[in-house]
Amino acid sequence: MSLWVWLLLACLFAYAWKLVGYLLPASLLQNPRMSRVAGTMTIGLLASLTIVNALATGQALVLDARLGALAAAAAALFLRAPFLVVVLAGAGAAALLRLAGWN
Amino acid sequence: MPITWPPKLLRSPAVRVGLSISIATGLYGVSFGALSVTSGLDFWQTMALSFLLFSGGSQFAFIGVVAGGGSGLAAMGAATLLGMRNGIYGMQLNVLLRPRGWRRYAAAQLTIDESTATSTGQADPDEQRRGFWAAGIGIFVLWNAFTAAGALAGSALGDPKQWGLDGAAVAAFLGLLWPRLKGGEPVAIAVVCALATVLAVPFVPAGVPILIAAVVAAVIGWLSHGRQDEGLEPDIDPYTERHPGYQTGTGTNARGAK
Repeated sequence: MSLWVWLLLACLFAYAWKLVGYLLPASLLQNPRMSRVAGTMTIGLLASLTIVNALATGQALVLDARLGALAAAAAALFLRAPFLVVVLAGAGAAALLRLAGWN
Repeated sequence: MPITWPPKLLRSPAVRVGLSISIATGLYGVSFGALSVTSGLDFWQTMALSFLLFSGGSQFAFIGVVAGGGSGLAAMGAATLLGMRNGIYGMQLNVLLRPRGWRRYAAAQLTIDESTATSTGQADPDEQRRGFWAAGIGIFVLWNAFTAAGALAGSALGDPKQWGLDGAAVAAFLGLLWPRLKGGEPVAIAVVCALATVLAVPFVPAGVPILIAAVVAAVIGWLSHGRQDEGLEPDIDPYTERHPGYQTGTGTNARGAK
């Protein structure tokens, strides 16, 4: 039940961010630093989420089939594959490596 | 704008770009739905994220933290920090579209990377308006429909690891990051934040390393002077793929147009 509470709070805050741009006077938000922080934070968060999902298992760093998924996704993106193909490449690589015995 | 539905509306370049970006973006809602239910969320929690939160990066962040064993608070934190850029988009769109009354509240919910890029990529104010609503409504409908399809398929899969779905999550995050790595500086930010994450993982509870990386990224953004719109790119750029309504330059260049 408590996951629902955090989930709905996340939805509420997401909408609050979106609405803030429409409701606050533009002069207040046209601080170039805020745009810059929003952008660098987007890059930092996505990089962090990528690496956590590739290497972390709880508080341990583990090298397993997910590393193959990371490599396959990078190769697909390098070849300009569409998003869905990138995701399938990641899943396929991890599944095949596990089938081959690398957990 | 007079409503001349639908033949004339479909001749609008912005509407055509908006509809094709809706299909491309909506389709990957399948991967979100499937990953969400295998991360431990149930069907209705998954649907609540697509319907109420409606911002791909934040949704993947929420389920990514939960999947890694992080707390609900950390999941909410990561999703909320990723949502900040939508506030910047809202500000840009408010200047361009000037929605009034209830439309302002509807426009806010539809304010995401792709609807912003479709709108700001057009030069004519009417086209900007049409592009925003076509992409926003189109993606909202298809994203929710494909989330449901993915969630149903995901719950039927059995052991998610056997199908490599944890690998799919890694690929999804890299796919969201990739279009934002234009030039050396964003790559450097990504590498520094990835390193900070790896160093933090053994020492703090799951989920927290992601928030530490966010703080590192915010400090870099606050102290350095680079491009103002760095990292503010759509996952699928409406104006770099060959869509029927292709008119202006890349979404990045066009974004500066006011």
